[in-house]
Amino acid sequence: MRRHCMNVKLGIALTIALLLVPSVVLAGTAKATIKIATQSPLSGEMSAVGEGMKLGTQLAIEQLKGPVEKLGFKVELVPFDDQGKPDVGVANARNMITDKEILAVIGHYNSGVAIPSSEVYKEASLVEVSPANTNPLITDRNLPNVNRVCGRDDVQGAVGAEFAKSLKIKSAYVIHDKTTYGQSVAEFFRDNAKKLGIEILGFEGTEERSNFDPILTPAKAKNPDLIYFGGIYSQAAPLFKQAREKGIKARFLGPDGLDSSDLTKIAGKTVVGMNYTTVAGPVTVYPKAKEFAKAYKEKFKKDPEPFGAQSYDSTAIALKAIEAAIKDAGGKLPSREAVAAAVRKVKHNGLTGNIEFDGKGDPKKALYFVMQVVSEDPAKWNDNKEVKRLEIAAPPLKK
Amino acid sequence: MDTSILIAIFPQVLLDGIVLGFMYALIALGYTMVYGVLEFINFAHSEIFVLGAFVGVEILLALKFWGILDAFSPFLVLGILLLAGMAASGLLAVTVERVAYRPLRAAPRLIPLISAIGVSFSLQDIIRLCESLWNNAFNLVYPTMDQLNFRFQLTETIDVSVKSLVVIAAALLMLWALHLIVNRTKVGKAIRAVAEDQATASLMGINVNRMISLTFLIGGAMGGAAGVLFGVQYSLVNPYTGFIPGIKAFTAAVLGGIGNIPGAMVGGLVLGLLEAFAASYLSLLTGGAFGAEYKDIFAFSILILILIFRPKGLLGEVVRERA
Repeated sequence: MRRHCMNVKLGIALTIALLLVPSVVLAGTAKATIKIATQSPLSGEMSAVGEGMKLGTQLAIEQLKGPVEKLGFKVELVPFDDQGKPDVGVANARNMITDKEILAVIGHYNSGVAIPSSEVYKEASLVEVSPANTNPLITDRNLPNVNRVCGRDDVQGAVGAEFAKSLKIKSAYVIHDKTTYGQSVAEFFRDNAKKLGIEILGFEGTEERSNFDPILTPAKAKNPDLIYFGGIYSQAAPLFKQAREKGIKARFLGPDGLDSSDLTKIAGKTVVGMNYTTVAGPVTVYPKAKEFAKAYKEKFKKDPEPFGAQSYDSTAIALKAIEAAIKDAGGKLPSREAVAAAVRKVKHNGLTGNIEFDGKGDPKKALYFVMQVVSEDPAKWNDNKEVKRLEIAAPPLKK
Repeated sequence: MDTSILIAIFPQVLLDGIVLGFMYALIALGYTMVYGVLEFINFAHSEIFVLGAFVGVEILLALKFWGILDAFSPFLVLGILLLAGMAASGLLAVTVERVAYRPLRAAPRLIPLISAIGVSFSLQDIIRLCESLWNNAFNLVYPTMDQLNFRFQLTETIDVSVKSLVVIAAALLMLWALHLIVNRTKVGKAIRAVAEDQATASLMGINVNRMISLTFLIGGAMGGAAGVLFGVQYSLVNPYTGFIPGIKAFTAAVLGGIGNIPGAMVGGLVLGLLEAFAASYLSLLTGGAFGAEYKDIFAFSILILILIFRPKGLLGEVVRERA
C-alpha cells in the first residue's frame, strides 16, 4: 500500500516539474512586460475623480506606449483601488512592490493616503508620480521616489486667502474634514487670511457626512462673510447645501478637493456662483488638452474629470523615464532606482504645460487657478469660469 | 466667551437635537422590540434602516425621471415613500429572521449575535452591489423637494424647516401607533406574552414563531420609516451610512432601558440632544480647545455615566421573567 502511495506522489511531482519546464522556457522568450500601476479611489464617495485618474492613465498608456514597445517591452496598466483610505493604500502598496514588473505608480488622489503609501514605495525605490496630491509633506520629506505634477497647499491656501481679500471679505468661518489634506489646507488659508486682516470667526473640524445642522448653527449665529471648507466635494456638497437651506448667506470658498462634477450633482443650485481654488482645473483651461478631451470622450463616453489631464501627463513622464532607463540599461529591464532617477530628470511638455522637477520632486513652476461654478448641471462642470490664473514656483525646503 | 451667542443659538440647537433625537428613537424601536421578545440584539437593523432610505431614493429618482415628481404634493410623495420604505424594510427584517436567526434559536446566546453581525456586513455589500448594477453608483442623493425645504422663521434666531416638522410629526405618529398596537390589540397582547414567557405563551395557544416574525416586521417597518426620513432630512445615502446611526440608536435603546418601548423614545431624545449640544457648544465653550469632532465622545461619556449610576437604563429594562 505504502509503495503505491509513494509512486502516486512521485508521479504527481514529476508531472508538475515537467509542466514547469516549458513555461520557464516560454517566459524567457516572451516579451517582458512593464506595468504601470494606478492607485486612486475607484469605489466610494470619491470614485468620480479616482476613476477619472485611472482612465486618464489608461488613455496615456494606449497613446504613448509606442517607444517603449519598440524597445521590446509590453506596457500594461494595473489599477488599484485605495478607497481613499490610508490602510487600504498601504496594503495595496505592499502588494505592488512584490510585483517586479511594476515600475511606476500614478497616484494617489488623497494626500493622507499617498504619504503612508509612499513610505512603502520607498522601501522598493518604486517611483510615484502624483497627478493630484497637494499636501506639502508629500515632497517636503525629500524622498527620491516621490514626485508631483501639480501645485501645493501652502501656496493654494495663500491664493485662496488673497482671493477672499480681493472680494472684500472681512470675516470668515473655516471648517475642515480632519484629514491630512483638508485640515492642512484649511490651516494655510486661515493663517494667510489672518495675515491679510480677515477676521477668522471659527475653525472647526468634522468627520460628519450627513447631519451638519449642529455645526452650522453657531456658524450662522456668528454671521461670517465667507465659509471656507477644507476637504473633498463628497462632504462639501451636503455641507453647502444644508448651509443654504439653513439660511446662511455667506459666500463659499474651498480648495481643489471641491473640484468635481459631483459637487453640483449633490448640491445643485446652492453652489452655483461659488468659487474654488484648484491646482488642476477643468480640461478647457488647457489649450493643448483639446485632443485629449476628444479622445477621452470618444473612448470612455464621458467628459474627463479634473486631474484626468494631469494623470495623462504623469503617465507620459513615467513612460519617458522608463524609455530612458531601458536605453541606459542597454535594452534590458531597468531597475526601479534607475526609473526613479530618470523621472526626476524628465523635461516634459505636456497637456498641462511644461513640467520639470526640482530637487525634491515639486514641479519648478506650478499653475494655480481660481474658478467659479457656473451651472448646476454636472455635465457642464468643465465649463466653469476661470477667474484668475497664477504661475508660482514651489517653495524651497525649509532648512 | 460670547454669552450672547451662546444664548442666541440655544433654541435652534434644542430644535436640531429634538429632530435628531426622534430619528434615533425610531431606529431604536427596532432594537428594543426585538430584544424585548428574544433577548437578542439585531445588529442587522442598521442595514434594514438603510434599505428604507434606498427604497425612498429609488422611488424619488424614478418619479423625477418620469418628470412627474412636481405633479404631486410633497406630502403625498412622502406618504408613498414611507409606506414603500416600511414595507421593504419590514419584509427584509422578516426574511433575515427566518434565514439567519430562527435556525439558531436553540443555540447559546453568542451564536445568533455573530450571525447578526455577519448579516449586517453582507447586507451592506449586497445593497452596494445591487445599487452598482442598477444605478452604476451607490452614493445616492435625494432630489430636493422645495416645499419640504422651506423654512419658517419663528423668531430672529430660530427657524425650522418643514421637513424637520415632518420628521417630528411622523415619529410621534408612529410611536403612538406602536403604543396602540402593543397595548390595545390582541396581537400586541400576544407579543407581550411571548416576550414574558415563550414556553407558557405557546401553551396558551399562541403561535410563537408567527409572533416573533410579526415583531421583526413591526421593528423593521419602524426602521424603514426612519430610513426614509433620514434620507429626506440629510439628502445623502450610501450603504454604509446605516452603521453609525444604528450603533447610536442601539446605545439610545440601552440608555432608555432595553426592551422598553417608551424607553427607546426617551433614550433617542436624550442622545440626540446631547449630540446636538456637544456639536454646537463644545468649541464655543472651550475656546476652540475641543471642537465639534468630540461630540460623539461627549455624548457617549454621558451615556457611560448614566449607565454606571442606573444600569437598567433610564426607564428600566423589560425582559423575560426567569421562573
